[in-house]
Amino acid sequence: MNMRDVILENVRKNQPSPRELPEVSLFHFEQAVDLKTLFTASLKELTGEVVTEPPPDFEQFLRARFPDAKTFCSAVPEYAGNSKPEDFVSWADAGNIDVTIVRSPLGVAETGSVLLSEQEFRVNTIGFLAHDIVILLDPSEIVENLHDAYRHPHFLDNAYSLLMSGPSGSADIGGVSVHPAQGVMTLTVIFWPRAKQH
Amino acid sequence: MLAKAKSMLTEECETTRFLESRGIRVAETDLGERIQQLDDQPPSHIVGPSWHKTPQDVAAVFAKAYGSDKDNADPAYLAGVMRENTRPLFLQAKAGMTGTNFAVAETGAIVTVTNEGNADLVANVPRLRICSVGLEKIIPRNEHLAVFIRLLTRSATGYSITQYTSHFRAPRQDGEMHVVLVDNGRSSRLGMEKFWPSLKCIRCAACMNTCPVYRRSGGLSYGSTYMGPIGIIMMPTFDARRYSELPFSSTLNGSCTHVCPVKINIHEQIYAWREVMEEKGQIQLAKKGAMIVAGKLLSHPQLYRIAASSAEPSLSLLPRFAIYNRLNAWGKHREIPQPGNETFHDWYKKNRSGAACEDKKQ
Repeated sequence: MNMRDVILENVRKNQPSPRELPEVSLFHFEQAVDLKTLFTASLKELTGEVVTEPPPDFEQFLRARFPDAKTFCSAVPEYAGNSKPEDFVSWADAGNIDVTIVRSPLGVAETGSVLLSEQEFRVNTIGFLAHDIVILLDPSEIVENLHDAYRHPHFLDNAYSLLMSGPSGSADIGGVSVHPAQGVMTLTVIFWPRAKQH
Repeated sequence: MLAKAKSMLTEECETTRFLESRGIRVAETDLGERIQQLDDQPPSHIVGPSWHKTPQDVAAVFAKAYGSDKDNADPAYLAGVMRENTRPLFLQAKAGMTGTNFAVAETGAIVTVTNEGNADLVANVPRLRICSVGLEKIIPRNEHLAVFIRLLTRSATGYSITQYTSHFRAPRQDGEMHVVLVDNGRSSRLGMEKFWPSLKCIRCAACMNTCPVYRRSGGLSYGSTYMGPIGIIMMPTFDARRYSELPFSSTLNGSCTHVCPVKINIHEQIYAWREVMEEKGQIQLAKKGAMIVAGKLLSHPQLYRIAASSAEPSLSLLPRFAIYNRLNAWGKHREIPQPGNETFHDWYKKNRSGAACEDKKQ
């Protein structure tokens, strides 16, 4: 027997007696909550920010928010930017991006998380090698908690799915949570309804 | 070069040392883990590997390794130094390696939880990706992840989630992903009636944060990969002889069991391990003798008082060889503290009981 078989045999032999899998409830609040308000408060916990309406002039909004930024990589139809994910043939080159703009298909109110995957990023590294990230989210696509979130088909279909809940941070020095860490320095979510499909 | 995200499993298997002996450079990318790597020290905590270091200590480590300002101990400045110096490592690495917080049987997903996003970088920038998974990290279904992610982050950091919760089911386009399922004694532990529940551990470190022994002595003092209460019950499953003394590094107050989110009966297992060590003859004779004497003294108040009040004069009068010898296992590595001039009992009688208390009230 090779080691793999030995280990598997050991696992079978030593298995505690089987039991039924428990039913996992969705653990919803007893009274309905305003998901947009809860999402905003939760995201703030890990220093992410919410903009509650689409800015009238998005270009101007971005320039004002990121005055030193030069490369805007857009993965959304709402804004052209001056680069797109496919420009970064080598995934390591995404380190040249100042601001990435992407749309999330799902927000989680309990944790202030947004779901992102290779479907939205197209080149995954634009999500962490960029200096800052701006995420468009249709507020009608916010669910209450993680139990709802894990029902999203992304987790079954995609090679890579990420629940992002704030800009990259670290509390490894002196127990104080600080930026920068390895990924994006700031994370902004804009409540921006999805364009109606015709 | 291999860029690596934090993984206790690879610490357990001494993966880095093995790879480096084969000529592969390994760069830790988690901030705390990198600090420890640069300082050539193992992690002292499973969530914050360098939490025993002050910001000044980190400034000194970075000044030596990166030439940064040794007098600037601002955590944000130091994190910036790390980012500047680690970014090139991610971009150059030919392979990336991460551990696994959970692996989902239903979807084949490897799930990592980080606040820095370094696991995502390690897994997405190089084309070759390796994940190590302890066998016990496999959970049945995707819907169960919600339960475990909620438990893990709340118990580890107090927040409802960590910045990056990432799910990898397949390699990136034109990349490779290799999953290494590691046993290292886990499948045998599964068969140990008393000790298998330690396999439920999700590595949140809540037991360490509450443990009075861990809090005073720090993680490095355990001399083992896993430290604190969970370390005490896990390490002897790897090597009962080498870690025979660990089960005694506990007050058995049970606060570890109380805070454990996956309900491991940690303090009961610590006690059970003491019994195992006794059965295996792993307790030194001198220690055993001392415990019998202590047991007698502590159950007889009068004997105890006589012993306590004679400790001060005898410790001051006896020559050194009479105190520090083979019978005093405690004094092997450290000095006995100087006892006070009076016993606590005498002091209490004088200051707190009866008349003394009444005087103070007036």
